[in-house]
Amino acid sequence: MSDRITLKDYLFESRLFMQRAIQALIFATLLIAILMGRLVYLQVLAHEHYITLADDNRIKILPLPPNRGLIFDRNGLILADNLPSYRLEITPEQIHDMDGTVEQLGRLVNIRDVDLKRFRKLRHSTPGFKPVPLRFHLSDEEVARFAINRHKFPGVDIVAGLSRHYPHGPLAAHALGYVGRVDERDLQRINASDYSGTTHIGKVGVEKTYEDTLHGEVGFSQVETNAEGRVLRTLVRTPPVPGKNLYLTLDAELQHAAEQALGEHTGAVIAIDPDNGDVLAFVSLPSYDPNLFVNGIDTETYQALRNDPEQPLFNRALRGQYPPGSTIKPFVGLGGLEQGTTTTHAHTFCPGFYQLPGQPRKYRDWKRGGHGTVDMRDSIAQSCDVYFYDLALSMGIDNLHSYLSQFGFGTRTGIDISGELPGLLPSRQWKRAAHGQVWFPGETLIAGIGQGFMLTTPIQLASGTATLARQGQRLKPHIVDATQPYDDPELSPLAVEKVLDVPVTDPEHWSAVIDAMREVVHGARGTARKVGLDAIYEIAGKTGTAQVFGLKEEEEYEAENLARKLHDHSLFVAFAPVDKPRIAIAVIVEHGGSGSAVAAPIARTILDQYLSKPAS
Amino acid sequence: MSRLLDTGREDASRRDWQHILHLDAVLLISLLAISAMGLFVLYSAAGQSQDLLVRQLVRLSIAFGAMALVAQLRPQWLWRWSPWLYGVGLLLLVAVLIAGDVGKGAQRWLDFGFVRFQPSEMMKLAVPMMIAWYLSDKRLPANGLQLLVAGSLIALPVLLIAMQPDLGTSLLIGSAGFFVLFLAGLSWRLLGGLTVLAAAAAPLLWHFMHDYQRQRVLTFMNPEHDPLGAGYHIIQSKIAIGSGGVFGKGWLNGTQAHLEFLPERTTDFIFAVLGEEFGLVGIAVLLVTYALIIIRSLHIATNAQDTYGRLLGGSLAMTFFIYIIVNTGMVTGLLPVVGLPLPMVSYGGTSMVTLMAGFGILMSLQTHRKLLTS
Repeated sequence: MSDRITLKDYLFESRLFMQRAIQALIFATLLIAILMGRLVYLQVLAHEHYITLADDNRIKILPLPPNRGLIFDRNGLILADNLPSYRLEITPEQIHDMDGTVEQLGRLVNIRDVDLKRFRKLRHSTPGFKPVPLRFHLSDEEVARFAINRHKFPGVDIVAGLSRHYPHGPLAAHALGYVGRVDERDLQRINASDYSGTTHIGKVGVEKTYEDTLHGEVGFSQVETNAEGRVLRTLVRTPPVPGKNLYLTLDAELQHAAEQALGEHTGAVIAIDPDNGDVLAFVSLPSYDPNLFVNGIDTETYQALRNDPEQPLFNRALRGQYPPGSTIKPFVGLGGLEQGTTTTHAHTFCPGFYQLPGQPRKYRDWKRGGHGTVDMRDSIAQSCDVYFYDLALSMGIDNLHSYLSQFGFGTRTGIDISGELPGLLPSRQWKRAAHGQVWFPGETLIAGIGQGFMLTTPIQLASGTATLARQGQRLKPHIVDATQPYDDPELSPLAVEKVLDVPVTDPEHWSAVIDAMREVVHGARGTARKVGLDAIYEIAGKTGTAQVFGLKEEEEYEAENLARKLHDHSLFVAFAPVDKPRIAIAVIVEHGGSGSAVAAPIARTILDQYLSKPAS
Repeated sequence: MSRLLDTGREDASRRDWQHILHLDAVLLISLLAISAMGLFVLYSAAGQSQDLLVRQLVRLSIAFGAMALVAQLRPQWLWRWSPWLYGVGLLLLVAVLIAGDVGKGAQRWLDFGFVRFQPSEMMKLAVPMMIAWYLSDKRLPANGLQLLVAGSLIALPVLLIAMQPDLGTSLLIGSAGFFVLFLAGLSWRLLGGLTVLAAAAAPLLWHFMHDYQRQRVLTFMNPEHDPLGAGYHIIQSKIAIGSGGVFGKGWLNGTQAHLEFLPERTTDFIFAVLGEEFGLVGIAVLLVTYALIIIRSLHIATNAQDTYGRLLGGSLAMTFFIYIIVNTGMVTGLLPVVGLPLPMVSYGGTSMVTLMAGFGILMSLQTHRKLLTS
């Protein structure tokens, strides 16, 4: 060890420490003495003063909840409103016989089990002098009945407030979402003092995503109360700041038309304005009435919704992950051209099946006899599978994956509604990680026709189609267009967010693919030629029929013999007019059968509705 | 190494239960007494919530467990680990700033998936350990260069934590480090110079403060200027304590606490509930028990067998004192509102575990002593 250590004087250091410890103790004693002095001042000398203050501390701070912002569609039609509503509140401290009181109240107003359960729960967690709500949304008749008998119920009050109302019920419910009562989970993500006095909070959809914008700022009033807590007078009042109104990009008329067009089917429709990423229609059917959730849904209704085999609460537009089927072909074809794997003139012979070299397995075309000799244009128009098996194999899964991912497949589009799922764009890495297996060439083949592992959401398909329509310019789809402060008629539009564009090697390639998609609808042999028959504008589209159920090589798909949930999904993506696209659309009809027969006509109805009006 | 000789022989006369279990009776009993008082006050402050009480009991058990565990570690082990603990802690602090979770607007947590961890808690022990380790083989009082090194070792984590921003913890860690230096004989002249320097740096500090921190200082200067906002806490807690008087309003009878006039009454402002319900007498009992713990801790430190043990033990004792004085000073309106809990009484877990681990170190110092062979 160093010399310094031998020089350490232990006795000296020990003494030094002792000295310092004593000094520290003196320091601490001094501060404690000051503290004790302070306490003696507060508790002995100024005791009278503070006891008076404590008694007078009937000055209460009451929160003033802000009014929630309203939600409008793009044309100013109201989608979420606030209606005056009355609730019945009980101040437990002032009630002697709670059960009796509740029972008597039950003869005047309808009190359900849910109300009672919630009341008991809230009563436990609220101090006795604070009123606890027993019933929300009293009818006018109930209000009147109680008003007459009010004198019999000291400690029971009717309080007026505003309650969220969705005037169009299930229309666009999956986009709007709903508000519900603030619960424990909400309390963890919000600042409780901002919500003192606020009873409801956005639970899903736009109501949730834009909660901060819609909610506003809480206000306070300082009131003097008597010993029982009755307000005598207001001393200071800081008014609340109402939340901002939201203007959606949604076109309620188009939304309605789309929901009508989908009818009794289950499925989803997304329509996007390719110029700015505005979501014009956001359909997921079946839908539900969001008004049910606003003031607490009763258990039976909720269970019925939860257990409905058609899953009305499931947001198919955002969370439904479907094989894209042949709707992926224009993107694959474009990839083949742009990456130089093929040309617009290259031909393939389609005998109705495809075989990998040296393997007996036959990958079948949807058309038994085959399409004969076809090029890219024919193959998209007639949806030839063999051509795309061949192209996908030549491109390889790595190129396929990298090209399709540029359109946003396999990742969330980032639309401003929470809960979106990413779909699945398979790759070698993914398969190794998820299945612990290497990638097989056969899987590349079926990926080329949008089957196998590949999954897309309706919003991804619509967004990808919009990107195609814009020749590579990719915009983030969004559903809120502008916000509006309560005291300002001016709207402040939200910025349109750009995503990394899809690079363009040769604009001719894009034109060729778009032309082939035009051929799908308007060509003599196009798979959707029936829907293009009398259109006064040109549509570029692509049909898709996605297998839910894998058939063995020699099995025939016979719809009658299969349970409905195993029927193919029917898909159609399109944009129109071809020369100057105003709308891009993706339609998915669950278990609808073939894309051309079911999804395409639905899309046509929606396009007609939108394009019959002049561009704004 | 000539310090803490392993060749020491255990003193046979000290082979009582305290040495077998490596616990210190005085500390243990006082800490248990304070915890018990705390549970009574908490029960009242939380509106007689048994739920909260049970959770606090669980936390106390964990904290006492941590204490007992740390007490088993030999001081020379602690000495050996000091620089490692400090180094790892520093890395984690950097990690928190880069990838930490944001809780209540401040980045303090590291989320490992299965457990959330607050590295700044670890530094409450690691910093005094590091400084004590650094000075343990130096000739004391330390010279200028050594002080500069030690000062930097303190300043680094303090600044990193202040950036999170967590002023309360960085204050604690700063003072833990400072007390090591002070106990090691930091000259009074230098101390005076530093005080002047700090006063001069105050405007600079103001510049870097967050809005809410500035607001706290302003409110401290004049609580009445914002009676609805930040000043509300202090006004209400003064009313609670003052109205308690000498004997208090009685357990569960505090009107301030129960009518919800007193904010944060289960956590940082629980001292006001004590003052209201148990009065000056109740506060005196608590403070005397605290004083007992501090005096006992300093006693253990002075009896420690080497510089490391003395400095570390002394610093831990004084940090505990700082906890108490900052919290009570805040609640009585003597100091600005700095978010520090009242040790062993406030509801909350993480800091309690660290605190008790600190007492584990003191108990280890006390019960692993060996007689030097002469």
